[in-house]
Amino acid sequence: MSQFIKDNVEKDGIDRRGFLKCMAWAGTGALCVMKGGVLKSFALSDVMQHNVGDFKGDLSFVQISDSHIGFNKAANPDVTATLREAIAKVNALPTPPSFVLHTGDLTHLSKPSEFDTLAESLKSLKTERIFYVPGEHDVLDDNGAMFRERFGQGTMGDGWHSFDRNGIHFVGLVNVMNLKAGGLGSLGNDQLAWLQKDVSGLKSSTPIVLFAHIPLWAVYPQWGWGTDDSEQALSYLKRFGSVTVLNGHIHQTMQKVEGNVTFHTACSTAFPQPQPGQADSPGPMKVPDDKLRGVLGITDVNFVRGTHSLGIVDSTLA
Amino acid sequence: MKKTRWMFGVVLTVLAAFATIAVTQPRVAKAGDQPASAEVKIDNFSFGPQTLTVAAGTTVTWKNNDDVPHTVVSDDKAFKSKALDTDDKFSYTFTKPGTYNYFCSVHPKMIAKIVVQ
Repeated sequence: MSQFIKDNVEKDGIDRRGFLKCMAWAGTGALCVMKGGVLKSFALSDVMQHNVGDFKGDLSFVQISDSHIGFNKAANPDVTATLREAIAKVNALPTPPSFVLHTGDLTHLSKPSEFDTLAESLKSLKTERIFYVPGEHDVLDDNGAMFRERFGQGTMGDGWHSFDRNGIHFVGLVNVMNLKAGGLGSLGNDQLAWLQKDVSGLKSSTPIVLFAHIPLWAVYPQWGWGTDDSEQALSYLKRFGSVTVLNGHIHQTMQKVEGNVTFHTACSTAFPQPQPGQADSPGPMKVPDDKLRGVLGITDVNFVRGTHSLGIVDSTLA
Repeated sequence: MKKTRWMFGVVLTVLAAFATIAVTQPRVAKAGDQPASAEVKIDNFSFGPQTLTVAAGTTVTWKNNDDVPHTVVSDDKAFKSKALDTDDKFSYTFTKPGTYNYFCSVHPKMIAKIVVQ
């Protein structure tokens, strides 16, 4: 079963009605591909019936998130095993990713041994480079000093950085530091000033990809799933035609399109968390053992030149 | 031998009585008493009780019952725990009366307070 775009009234390649159909699949094993300005959604079970070319673009990269190395409770007693399965999934992709983004919570408790296991496991990933941003679990007792020393070389401030690939500008942001009582994720004034300057010299036609741990949109503020000053950050990106925001933290896929911005959250490689408001708290969710791999996964992102659209494909470990 | 066992029983009873007083009456901390203590539980991403009232001199112990780490940090940074993993505890003795607002610096939506009388 597949859903194709029928309405594109705003000529931006995004059919909001089609996107809603796509969203209906999200979280249950969906994939969304934007190519040639056309959004298509597929049930995950159909993926294998398509040609490799359907999902191929000029640049492909993968997002993995929330490995939580060190976690050993009922929701997943062996998070290293599922991380390895995620790595195998990436290594089996028809198009090897140019690079991998890890959107934080590499570890559960910021312990040196946990960072060791993470680094050792990721050595088998077939890609040129891995870019990291920290999650709140990576900066627990040292304000992220160990994280930056090991995974944030060449970054600025608390670990923010930017780079260019195939004409796309990538920005890694840190929103897990200096959190205020009662607040949400926070970027802070220093980082906002840096971001504004970082994008100021770019042409408005440059596709932008922002990646950060906590969602840069209000997914569910009651559970802290949002960032206090994300609107300020996004205000610097209004003139750009294509902005894609990739986040982790909530351990489930979720998508939203707002004007020129597509928001997307990735699955965890470690354990699922409940849907917003569907439990007493956002803590690790225990699912039957045979269902676990259906709620963990990776995200494959493809860019097709000339369309300024990114195809985002979520696949589970099942 | 029999007498020793009897003595032991008395000591145990007295100890148990003291323990009961300590648990059920955390506010009673007069000069000469054993130091008072009280506990705050961390469950489901919240501190319980949200507001705990104690007498000056009380030692408050937080215990994390969640599967994820939390911290206990006062808004003015007067006290700050390390990350508490499951079943980890943190204690702080409140010597001066006042209201101490605190939160979890990992999940800042978690806020609560200690009122010291």
